[in-house]
Amino acid sequence: MKTKFTTDTKLESEIAYFENINLKLESGDIIDSFKLAFKTYGKLNADKTNAILVCHALTGDQYVAGNNPITGREGWWSRMVGPNKPIDTNKFFVICSNVLGGCAGSTGPKELQNRSDVAYGGNFPSVTIKDMVKAQSLLIESLNIEKLFSVIGGSMGAMQALQWAIDFPEKILNIIHIAGALKHSAQNIAFHEVGRQAIMSDPIWKNGKYFENNEVPERGLSVARMIAHITYLSENAMHRKFGRKLQSRDIISFGFDADFQVESYLRYQGKSFVERFDANSYLYLTRAMDYFDHDETFRKNIEFSHNPNNHLKYLIVSFTSDWLFPTIESKMIVNQLNSLSREVSFLEIDTDKGHDSFLLEEPQLDDVIKGFLTNNFAKIDE
Amino acid sequence: MNKINSIRKDWSLIETLIAEDRKILDIGCGDGGLMEQLENNRNAITHGIELNRDLAANAIARGFNVVHGNAELDLSQYSNNSFDYVILSQTLQAMMKPKDILSELLRIGSKAIVSFPNFGHWKIRLQLLISGKMPVTESLPYTWYDTPNIHFFTIKDFLNLCNEMNIVIEKSIGLTSKGKQFDISESITGVNFFTHEAIFLLSYKNFEPIKIKSSKKVFAKNSVIAN
Repeated sequence: MKTKFTTDTKLESEIAYFENINLKLESGDIIDSFKLAFKTYGKLNADKTNAILVCHALTGDQYVAGNNPITGREGWWSRMVGPNKPIDTNKFFVICSNVLGGCAGSTGPKELQNRSDVAYGGNFPSVTIKDMVKAQSLLIESLNIEKLFSVIGGSMGAMQALQWAIDFPEKILNIIHIAGALKHSAQNIAFHEVGRQAIMSDPIWKNGKYFENNEVPERGLSVARMIAHITYLSENAMHRKFGRKLQSRDIISFGFDADFQVESYLRYQGKSFVERFDANSYLYLTRAMDYFDHDETFRKNIEFSHNPNNHLKYLIVSFTSDWLFPTIESKMIVNQLNSLSREVSFLEIDTDKGHDSFLLEEPQLDDVIKGFLTNNFAKIDE
Repeated sequence: MNKINSIRKDWSLIETLIAEDRKILDIGCGDGGLMEQLENNRNAITHGIELNRDLAANAIARGFNVVHGNAELDLSQYSNNSFDYVILSQTLQAMMKPKDILSELLRIGSKAIVSFPNFGHWKIRLQLLISGKMPVTESLPYTWYDTPNIHFFTIKDFLNLCNEMNIVIEKSIGLTSKGKQFDISESITGVNFFTHEAIFLLSYKNFEPIKIKSSKKVFAKNSVIAN
């Protein structure tokens, strides 16, 4: 396999091209060529033992730290990744790629179909978490890294980390799995479906062909984001942040304006999301999460794909107020790993910030990630 | 002996009971102090369970395999005989169902190490006798209404329970309140009176395995699968 690398100056991102690769997807469809947009931080050491793959969540991208040219803001995990940060780029070589099906430079519905000048749109094949991880593994291979020290992710990123442990245990030393689960629950699928329906019932969506007229189904996509955003918070956090406070007014309007701060906040979230995210990509990626299910198969997969000398370590973290991926889901993973005597650590962090806690200020998360990485790296370095 | 010294002493005695290169589960592992000691001095592979969130977080950050959880709820997830030793240091008296915990220890581990403060120590007996109030001592420093220690028992009680449960006491170490160490099994008279803290190495009675007639070939095959 020969991979071509270029730098996209507009995206401020590296692009890896995999040509004539015939990537077979879980659906049975084949993508003959694809590209992944990725960023790296820090330096790969001479022995190539310090590489960490960070996997982004549903609406994340490869811009973990530093400037994100699409939003003009700091990277989504810049409080976690960087020099002297918990994932210390003075010590580790951090890689993050935009997932297959994403919309920040990797092959996805908004990119042109191979050998044509038409975007995929709704013709993009269905991708799964397993497919994303397969594509990532090809990227890691093409960077000549045999073994990743760690794969780290929250939410959809946690799903990818778990998939790495299932599919490529021999290529990693540990995973840090934050706010994830063995499966996407019925409730989670339900919320995603409401979001997708919002997009698909926007008349501008046009079966995914909105790009032909240079249009965006803004209303549908922003409603989808607003719904999803509620699921990322907790009632306590919303109450603490907004309560029933009014927005730029002293009395209620007796109308349907954004009277309340919480409404104004959600509208802002919806609006700013539309500017950075592709509606079709949102459909595909939410679907990939829905299809994620290792409830029945995880135990067998771990039991039989690992040889006894494989010292893969797992750090599983959940948050008390996360009702989208509640602690009980994390505990199911811990339970299965313990029953197989695997090296697993688990912590439930006490916070009211909900599912989004992993992106926010949580000192205990910082301490645990930093310590886990540093001390386990010292062990392999001995 | 103060609490810290007493724990250190406890750990060093536990260490003497453990062979090299074994797999260990430490229940109530705190921030991993004993695990660290056993990794360093016994080359052990260690796992821990800790109920306290901050202690569990510290232990994980120090690189230990620690699950933040409640032993009384979470032990059932471990498979039979998955550890060489399961350690319960100074917490049996704080368990809701000590008997169930004891049988869980020996289900999960080939051997269990249990240490506890002896409620039959003469100072405790004397306090209750003279003051008529629930004793408060260095090793049991809590008042009755806010103590985590909900099941007080003496060495005699413990020995009776082990007997009832067909548990074999492989080794037993007693400590006086001055930290003097002796072998409980060899000093029968007054042991329940003078022992301040006790440490036991336990296992189940070894039953002769039932031998099934079979050709060696099958066994060889099975052993390959088992490995």
